[in-house]
Amino acid sequence: MSEHEYVPKSKAAKWFNDRLPLLTLGAHLTDYPTPKNLNYWWTFGGILTFCLITQIVTGIVLAMHYVAHADLAFGSVEHIMRNVNYGWLIRYIHSNGASMFFLAVYIHIFRSLFYGSYKSPREIIWILGLLIYLLMMAAAFLGYVLPWGQMSFWGATVITNLFSAIPLVGESITTWLWGAYSVDNPTLNRFFSLHYLFPFLILGLVVLHIWALHIPGNNNPVGIDIKKPSKDTVPFHPYITIKDAFALLMFMIIFAGFVFFSPNILGHSDNYIPANPLVTPAHIVPEWYLLPFYAILRSVPDKLGGVILMFSAIFILFVLPWLDTSKVRSAVFRPIYRQFFWILVIDVLMLGYVGAMPAEGIYLVLARVGTIYYFLHFIVVLPVVGLLEKTDPIPMSISEPVITGGAEPSLARKLNEKV
Amino acid sequence: MKKFNIIIYKIIITLLLTTGSLNSAEMTDPIKVDWSFKGITGTFDRASLQRGFQVYKEVCSSCHSMQYLSYRNLGEPGGPEFTEAEVKAIAASFEVTDGPDNQGEMFTRPGRPSDMFVSPHPNKEAAAAANGGAYPPDMSVLVKARKGGANYIYSVLVGYEDPPPGVTLDDGVYYNKYMIGNKIKMPNNLMDGLVEYADGTESTVDQMAKDVTTFLAWAAEPELEERHKTGVKVIIYLVLLTILVYLSMKKIWSRIDSEV
Ligand code: HEC
Ligand code: HEM
Repeated sequence: MSEHEYVPKSKAAKWFNDRLPLLTLGAHLTDYPTPKNLNYWWTFGGILTFCLITQIVTGIVLAMHYVAHADLAFGSVEHIMRNVNYGWLIRYIHSNGASMFFLAVYIHIFRSLFYGSYKSPREIIWILGLLIYLLMMAAAFLGYVLPWGQMSFWGATVITNLFSAIPLVGESITTWLWGAYSVDNPTLNRFFSLHYLFPFLILGLVVLHIWALHIPGNNNPVGIDIKKPSKDTVPFHPYITIKDAFALLMFMIIFAGFVFFSPNILGHSDNYIPANPLVTPAHIVPEWYLLPFYAILRSVPDKLGGVILMFSAIFILFVLPWLDTSKVRSAVFRPIYRQFFWILVIDVLMLGYVGAMPAEGIYLVLARVGTIYYFLHFIVVLPVVGLLEKTDPIPMSISEPVITGGAEPSLARKLNEKV
Repeated sequence: MKKFNIIIYKIIITLLLTTGSLNSAEMTDPIKVDWSFKGITGTFDRASLQRGFQVYKEVCSSCHSMQYLSYRNLGEPGGPEFTEAEVKAIAASFEVTDGPDNQGEMFTRPGRPSDMFVSPHPNKEAAAAANGGAYPPDMSVLVKARKGGANYIYSVLVGYEDPPPGVTLDDGVYYNKYMIGNKIKMPNNLMDGLVEYADGTESTVDQMAKDVTTFLAWAAEPELEERHKTGVKVIIYLVLLTILVYLSMKKIWSRIDSEV
């Protein structure tokens, strides 16, 4: 992809690079031509990488002191908080880090929705991203079980019980997942093992995600294909690295605000009560980042139906590139889609809100309306708007003014190539 | 840039709203107290912590355990900061079961600063049995384990009342308007003048409730003062670094005809 071949300067470096071209890779990453008009919504990829590394590093330190046993887990977390040097800091970074990770991933996903980053030729990047998101939810759920508080225990019970809705084999699957006849010590042990594993799977997927990204290159706010390298691009380093660093620092300020000044505000107080299989909490609520799905799950009176709908809400995103019929990527040039985009944002926020509320009365009604709208957006709105919408004129290149008429991004590229 | 920040904050605020506000059953909102440990520079009131420990030791510890604390914590910075001699004396006033010795027997000895707080009952079941079936929760993280935190604990302690007409209570159940369902199985333990404070402070119910709650808040978050202090430094550092990086970014991007 790099237009010019990289040749190491020293003989030793050349010797090494001929055998394992790490230096070539480094040069590729440094020179990587990036659209110069990327806005701050594009900094979240770097922020997400930071979040993953943070979780892995703090997690490994926590695992050195944590004890995955039903009788000892809660106490071992308290031991980390009280007796391990800076244990409180490491744990609060890890627990708030999960929330910051999801905040960043949601912004990142909605960025893709707004600028049409999931469209051809970036479908595989999008699908890899969704797989990362799925694994993140699994990892966070598993991690939340580890401190073995009331919400850990009952959250695990509710979620694992979902599998019992599967006809015929459901009960056996649930028992198999538990390794016992209820959520118990064997469950905690395997959850710890998987919680340690998943972040490394995520790391592998992140490498593929970035590899896939470096084939077509970044999308950009204008959403047109650009010639690379050209006057529309800048080398990744130092232009994008410094901008990403600036955005990351601002993100870290918010992160530090949570860690140092309200480290438990995003969690549930019940999780400081040791797990007790005999006492069910009044409201079992998952962490905030899973609430929209929880709302969808509870909006259906039938358990199996709820489970199917909840999983569909995620899986529908996998076929999104083929549901969207518009050739224009960026919502900047799609006046109708743009409005539906914001309605979807509000819809998901509302689902998150009702997910935290008891599933009754007005909340249940809102959950149902929100769920129906969520699916309508993808199944009806996207295909239909794409066909009917009259898009605004699209510029030929990032640095050139708008030419009238061209609504075909691929056209913009063809013209570009001749320049 | 401004817009970006505003959007981020909007998202965070929305998220906060969704996680909060879960009100159930009948209960009154806790009284809001202006604790010295609130806010980003909050610290504990040392004298209040020491008095609070006295209330805990003389009143609450006969029913409630505090199993994640050790006596040495009482002398550590950011806590009640008893002197080394005081901590030794406090620890020694408790009988600790140790062993087995080389005969295989368990034995008791006076406590040492490194010992964990002695629990009043051998296990949860015994604690519940001694209290008419209600388990007095371990107090190590109680403040973090209740929505409303310190305000809630304080409110429960001062919230005992005669039941309103029409409400009848079983034996061993008391009326407390801050509890969920307004019922609590802990008797009202505090009455004016119950303890004799070493520092001469008048031991009103309100004073004792505030002191013991302060003590419990520290017990749940012994790192609070260090956390606040470090936090302020970290944020200042990050802000300065952000400004530097912002300036370098402007400089670097000025080489090309594009905005950042
Ligand atoms: C006679 C034994 C006894 C003493 C002494 C005692 N408690 Fe309790 N406490 C209990 C019991 C039993 C419960 C459980 C009540 C229930 O579940 O309804 C309890 C519960 C509590 C609760 C939890 C309320 C809730 O939200 O679940 C707090 C807070 C509390 N006690 C504080 C204190 C403090 C502070 C002291 C010392 C001033 C104290 N207790 C002394 C027996 C006692
Ligand atoms: C994708 C990255 C990760 C996410 C999203 C994540 C999320 C979480 C969450 C939400 C918790 C519960 C926090 C709490 O309330 O205490 C947790 C706990 C824990 N995690 Fe992770 N984690 C990640 C990576 C890791 C890694 C790589 C390790 C170890 C190698 C690890 C080890 C632990 C341990 C030991 C705990 C229990 C201690 C505690 O509860 O604080 N985590 N994790």
